[in-house]
Amino acid sequence: MISVSINGEVRQFDNPVSVATLLEQMQLSGKRIALERNGEILPRGQFNQQLLADGDRLEIVVAVGGG
Amino acid sequence: MNKDTLLIAGKSYNSRLLIGTGKYKDFTETQAAVEASGAEIITIAIRRSNIGQNPNEPNLLDVLPPSKYTLLPNTAGCYSADDAVRTLRLARELLDGHSLVKLEVLGDPQSLYPNVVETLAAAKTLVADGFQVMVYTSDDPIIAKQLEDIGCVAIMPLASLIGSGMGILNPWNLQLIMDRVQVPVIVDAGVGTASDAAIAMELGCHGVLMNTAIAAAQQPVLMASAMKLAVEAGRMAFLAGRMPKKLYSASPSSPTSGLIN
Repeated sequence: MISVSINGEVRQFDNPVSVATLLEQMQLSGKRIALERNGEILPRGQFNQQLLADGDRLEIVVAVGGG
Repeated sequence: MNKDTLLIAGKSYNSRLLIGTGKYKDFTETQAAVEASGAEIITIAIRRSNIGQNPNEPNLLDVLPPSKYTLLPNTAGCYSADDAVRTLRLARELLDGHSLVKLEVLGDPQSLYPNVVETLAAAKTLVADGFQVMVYTSDDPIIAKQLEDIGCVAIMPLASLIGSGMGILNPWNLQLIMDRVQVPVIVDAGVGTASDAAIAMELGCHGVLMNTAIAAAQQPVLMASAMKLAVEAGRMAFLAGRMPKKLYSASPSSPTSGLIN
């Protein structure tokens, strides 16, 4: 069991899943997002290879209206 | 005469009006206002995604595609250099390497006045990291010059507080900034209505960036059209060169000879 913080919300997984799988579960695959893992940008091209580890902190952001 | 364009970081823009995309009723209104304003550069904010709660939520980038507009991600809501840099690195990833950004680091949530110490620090880091930084700042001419020296591609002083609609409170400081920096000076924040935008342009500012003045108008799309015309009119008046003010003497417009007796 691993715990991962996603946008400040803790989620638990039975197995280490890839970032791509996580995004799929959250119905965010193919959406225009950017992702930071433990303070570092994770390029889109690495979503498939990167496995989440216990204690990871993810930030997933989108563009919104702003001035 | 050469076409009068706004040149930022080596790219020419026909419109000198830059607008924000916040505070609109919905994306349809955002899109209509952007269209009416004629703006080519539009600011966006970066925020946490909803994480699966609402998978079919429309995305701003579908309404305002980067292929059609120059999107300018901002750091609104950031109170430290570190947060601003982090936000813009995420924005660059989100926009496939797009490096033109709007830096703003705020000082406190009541005034939203810029924290220039953190702004200078963030600008240094971002320029070194390859960003083209358009920077929101106070109307302090010394800080403006320092931001230019760091390598910012546009200096964007406030006219008055963000969202206040108070207009241009210190035209002399804007002039002092324009006298000192070579990069475009774009008034950012404080414009309330069309005359404010025209005054900024008549002063010689290279452009105006606004959001609330349009979004909070009773009819935002109509105000977007008004702002387009105001920026154009103000720019033309600046280029035309206004007549000198004559403080204590009138001068008739009609001939003084040939009057009937």
